[in-house]
Amino acid sequence: MAFDRVARRRWKSHLFAGLTLLCVVAALIPLTSIVWTAFDRGAPALSVGFFTQPLPAPCGSAQTHCSYGGVGPYIEGTLVLIALSSLIAIPIGVLIGIYLSEYGRRGIGRVISFFTDVLTGVPSIVVGIFVYTLTLDYILKTGGNPENVYSALSGATALAIIMLPIVARTTEEALRAVPDSVREAALALGIPKHRTTLRIVLTAALPAVLTGALLGVMRVGGEAAPLLFTAFNNPLGYTGVTQPAGALPTMIYNLYQTPYANWQADAWASALVLVLIMVILSVASQIVFTRVRRRISGGQ
Amino acid sequence: MGIAPNVGMNPFPGEDAGVPAGPPPHSPVPQLEATPRRERIGRWFNSIFRLLVTVLGFGILALAALFIIVLAQGAWPSLLKFGPNFLSTSTWDPVHSIFGVVPFVIGTLLTSAIALLIAVPVSLGVAIFLTEQSPTWLSGPLGLVVQLLAAVPSVVYGFWGFIVLVPYMRLSVEPGLQGSVGKVPGLGGVFGGTPVGTDILTSSVILAIMIIPTISSVCRDSLLAVPRHQREAALSLGATKWETTNFAVLRYASSGIIGAIILGLGRALGETMAVTMTIGNADVIPKSLFSQGQTIASLIANEFTSAGPGSIYQGAIIEAALVLFAITILVNVIARLLVGRVLRVEGGS
Amino acid sequence: MGRFVVDHLNAFYKDKQALYDVSLEFPEKTVTAIIGPSGCGKSTLIRCLNRLHEVTPRARHSGTISLDGREIHEMDAVRLRRRVGMVFQKPNPFPTMTVYENVAAGLKLEGGHPKNEIDQEVYRSLKQAALWEEVKSNLDGPGVGLSGGQQQRLCIARALAVSPEVLLMDEPCSALDPIATAKIEDLIFDLRKNYTVVIVTHNMQQAARVAEYTAFMYMGKLVEFDLTEKLFESPKEKLTESYITGRFG
Repeated sequence: MAFDRVARRRWKSHLFAGLTLLCVVAALIPLTSIVWTAFDRGAPALSVGFFTQPLPAPCGSAQTHCSYGGVGPYIEGTLVLIALSSLIAIPIGVLIGIYLSEYGRRGIGRVISFFTDVLTGVPSIVVGIFVYTLTLDYILKTGGNPENVYSALSGATALAIIMLPIVARTTEEALRAVPDSVREAALALGIPKHRTTLRIVLTAALPAVLTGALLGVMRVGGEAAPLLFTAFNNPLGYTGVTQPAGALPTMIYNLYQTPYANWQADAWASALVLVLIMVILSVASQIVFTRVRRRISGGQ
Repeated sequence: MGIAPNVGMNPFPGEDAGVPAGPPPHSPVPQLEATPRRERIGRWFNSIFRLLVTVLGFGILALAALFIIVLAQGAWPSLLKFGPNFLSTSTWDPVHSIFGVVPFVIGTLLTSAIALLIAVPVSLGVAIFLTEQSPTWLSGPLGLVVQLLAAVPSVVYGFWGFIVLVPYMRLSVEPGLQGSVGKVPGLGGVFGGTPVGTDILTSSVILAIMIIPTISSVCRDSLLAVPRHQREAALSLGATKWETTNFAVLRYASSGIIGAIILGLGRALGETMAVTMTIGNADVIPKSLFSQGQTIASLIANEFTSAGPGSIYQGAIIEAALVLFAITILVNVIARLLVGRVLRVEGGS
Repeated sequence: MGRFVVDHLNAFYKDKQALYDVSLEFPEKTVTAIIGPSGCGKSTLIRCLNRLHEVTPRARHSGTISLDGREIHEMDAVRLRRRVGMVFQKPNPFPTMTVYENVAAGLKLEGGHPKNEIDQEVYRSLKQAALWEEVKSNLDGPGVGLSGGQQQRLCIARALAVSPEVLLMDEPCSALDPIATAKIEDLIFDLRKNYTVVIVTHNMQQAARVAEYTAFMYMGKLVEFDLTEKLFESPKEKLTESYITGRFG
């Protein structure tokens, strides 16, 4: 009687173990399918020219010789948008992280830290609308033409707003992981607080801060939603900060229903490139991050 | 060590109590002698720096406030015309300029709820496997691979969803559901209509896939935070592995798990591209899981560029964005409070 | 019932050996103390007795342990642990459960016990753990709301509720104040009427007060095992003598 009961409990335990394994498998199916589909459909378009040439002329199913061309301008646009937004978000984000860790450890600083976390949850499409409305308002007030509301600068601003809280919070966490004894030692030597912070604390936490910046870049690199009404689209890629700009994610969105085989292949190849870059950055940042965390916790 | 503290260059005279004052007469170390001028500049720079970072820090609060102000300003024509009716009207008619957000709030909540229904068990399973079942050498790499799901851009999910998942749902899953659970009395309506593939259910499945990494990673952290002595207490009472997980681990981590779920919800509510590309984009209240629909986010992505600057139509879309902003902020505040409490409990004990 | 025989036991964590060829016998219905400096393997030894050692990642062992003549590694671990209860260094009641639920936890896991039987067992175990008088009005309060000493007695009651034959105690008083320690020691002294008790301690006075037998371990090896009085008054080994006279440890 009692023996049967234990056997049943054991069996139930094995059953649940099996179910959890099944969950892992289930979670990995979509990833495999996405990578495989992108590779299968995008591979024909992949060549050296893919990274430099512009989109080709559309190619109907009746034609036999289709040129795949490339997505060079969109790659350029994406890189410029990421660079511009990083230029805005990383310095400001790091400074906010410094405030949260070094100057705002209690009271209102905790509130700000909390809201920084909450801001990471604002949908990116709402950020896009926010920047659009802000830009339109500015243009109308300065007597400009509302047609010019789309620009690389406003696209980069939207991306920067998405990056900012991520960079700020990871910087805060990274700096907090530096033991107080380091700060006290520096202050005891008579080094002013701002130099202690910048030279000693920030240097010690630099790998983790860089990981934060990388996380921010990863978060925005694949974003299309905030660019729809800010950077809009530009087949020439990047043509100036006040001009609309093209980017890989928005290009994929514009082409996802296209009937032309060569454009489909280009869109899939772009998806593959985006996924591979994100995967590489993600693996790199996670490896760096765990190593940093291990080093910090191991040292205490 | 080795640099003699020098009272003359210390801008914090109160902070070096206990350190011998004054340089030794024959210091072997090169003197970092500061002139009064340099000291003044240093002190000045110190306060400027402090001011700068504090202002930027408060800028976060300003940014949050600015979101509300700017969105309200953009939504003004619609706010003025519809007032509170915007929140209770279920018609969205750009031709006659009648706008109500109800269909999209329902679409948003419905897709997110179904996504949670699918994603929560799977994510919990993943987290439990990684922390309780898997051999140690496997759990690290496997956790990393699951996290790669988060690295796939939303627009790629949408593309894949449209090309691969939509036909699969239309041809296999949805007819299958209609033929089985759809036959259960009372559930016929839920699974009614002709399966088209681009519908509420397909979007929900895509959302579920997208929030699995979020939920499973926060769950995993919560499970890892459960002290080993809790597991051993259950084991020593003669619990099986599953009973240990259920009895000692999941209960202990419950508030972190709930926080993880709400974080996932916050992510699902605002997800745009993947939903826009698979939901069918119909501005009506969905009648069944196989109805085409619209979430607030997909509405914005789909229709914003067709509304003229300053028009009531545009105002209504911006007001919808404001509603989405309010919902996600609320959800994220709740999630952060729960997750934060877990971390504090950890730190406190 | 409850006689443990350990034969040529070696235990490892990863590549580090924690126990070297340990052989000894824990007689039934007696209290045996294991003493020795920290890191000597005494905790590892008792964690082998209820097979908790093997739960640690990359831990392994060789040699045999038998309970009443049966090799424990051939038994079902769940059934073994049902017969061999354990109390840990730090009190670890389940924080989401009440006092009552904590004590009833083992029976609930087992299933098939009617409510009135569980009530009775909870009463008996709390009584045996000398905690009943202090918590009888607060059975529905949280288990972690008790004081440290009460929590540890709650954990003892939790272990006793499933009526084990052996009770393993891994430095049960190290996190407690002297008054709470005295209460637990009295309790251990009473428990030997019904249970085989193995207690790990680094406190030699405690061993002398509660145990009939004492084992002294050093660097993963069993140095000496004897009646407590004999071990403390006329140790056979030089190492034991220098430890109990306080020359190291």
